[in-house]
Amino acid sequence: MSVKVVLPNAFQKHTNNVKEIETTAGTLPDLVTDLEGRFPALRQHLRGEDGQVRKFINFYVNEEDIRFLGNEKYQFQDGDEVLVIPSIAGGCC
Amino acid sequence: MTTAYELRCRECGRAYGNQPLSICEDCFSPLEVEFDLERARGRFTREAITAGPLNMWRYKALLPVAEDYVPTTPAGMTPLLSAPRLGARIGAKNLYIKNDAVCLPTLSFKDRVVAVALANAQAFGFDTVGCSSTGNLANAVAAGAARLGLKTYILVPADLEPAKILNTQVYGATLVRIDGNYDHCNRLCSQIAEKYNWGFVNVNLRPYYAEGSKSVGFEIAEQLGWRLPDNVVVPMAGGSLITKIKKAFRELVALGLVADKPVKFFGAQATGCSPISTAVKAGADGIEPQRPNTIARSLAIGNPADGPYAIKAIRESGGWAEDVSDVEIVSAIQELAETEGVFTETAGGVTTAVTARLYAHGRIKPGELTVSCITGNGLKTTDVLNGAYEQAVPVKPKMTEFAAWLDERTGELVEVA
Repeated sequence: MSVKVVLPNAFQKHTNNVKEIETTAGTLPDLVTDLEGRFPALRQHLRGEDGQVRKFINFYVNEEDIRFLGNEKYQFQDGDEVLVIPSIAGGCC
Repeated sequence: MTTAYELRCRECGRAYGNQPLSICEDCFSPLEVEFDLERARGRFTREAITAGPLNMWRYKALLPVAEDYVPTTPAGMTPLLSAPRLGARIGAKNLYIKNDAVCLPTLSFKDRVVAVALANAQAFGFDTVGCSSTGNLANAVAAGAARLGLKTYILVPADLEPAKILNTQVYGATLVRIDGNYDHCNRLCSQIAEKYNWGFVNVNLRPYYAEGSKSVGFEIAEQLGWRLPDNVVVPMAGGSLITKIKKAFRELVALGLVADKPVKFFGAQATGCSPISTAVKAGADGIEPQRPNTIARSLAIGNPADGPYAIKAIRESGGWAEDVSDVEIVSAIQELAETEGVFTETAGGVTTAVTARLYAHGRIKPGELTVSCITGNGLKTTDVLNGAYEQAVPVKPKMTEFAAWLDERTGELVEVA
């Protein structure tokens, strides 16, 4: 099984400019662990002082917010594309 | 701080100077413009403001533009109306309407934020600007960019109201209809902004753009005779406006333009898209995203970027958040028009209905000085009133026919002279 993960520009300073990876992670927590294993410099930025993934980082699977799919319980499928978007912008009032 | 203002991370506080950037490299949290208030102290005075132009640029010293910036996009300074007739209906004795339904040039409060965003787009050298929008922002960006000669790409949900689409296209903007909701547009914009060197007003220019909302707060205080209200009711989509009105009040207090006093902030959402009010009611700090399903499309943001900050602003102030049904939204649009002569769009219906409920539930006391923020114009969402009014049979142009019609309508005999 292989899942494509697209990383945002904001991550690339901590990933030696790697913009995209293929992972065999089964779930979101596995994916975060995989990212931290590959890019140790990313870890301290990815998690807050409480050890949790920072609240402003959003994960999308095939263009759907992973929180609509079960969040940490969602099992990645072969061919899934995961987008990581920090601090979703937009909105105003 | 070596400049009058600069970007700072809202979470970790790291400073970034001034650049088209909205995300902290260290903790991936949003950036915000912080002003050196001491530096502004001599320039941001009641006298200097009063002598300034009759638009939002009278507050230029606390808006993020260069000191020598010459504004070409006047917006703001909209009426603050006493609302006794609406008040009588809902049990309010000291209610005001901040009427951005008549904000120029495109009839929504978004003209304020766009004026600041486009000033910065020019300063950073962008020749192309864009945004993701639920409609009002699209109109404002298209008009503002036309005036400044900038190229424009605007992403909107495909099901947007026809008037909002037309009111964007007429300015020559390139409109991209996205087969999805606003949150889909928004996510795509975040990706586009990383690939193309464009100034996206609500992505990479967002910290500057959002700061324009402060002008609503500055105006409310000035129009009340340099004092703060007891309560403010604000519609929430992304959740930014409510935090910026609070920031404006705080800056006015810090610089001595108004006396300090507690102000309660109340947030208004449609039940069909209510991630922020749901969190406030549940006592949660974070947002659970929702799939929007409401006629209030300008508030239909299921994953509000400033949600956590809006929750905090409301809670710290002792305020509250409420949400109302689509039926209540339409009734409130009609009620505001019938009582105060203000025709607002669906978002204003949300704010008005929520204001009424806050009085009904005793969260706002009748005599408290309360400002309800109307942010958009009813001419843009007339579709929600389709079928609301009977199309009467035409009356023949004769006095006898008219008298008969009036007789039938009023049930009174009217003498024809």
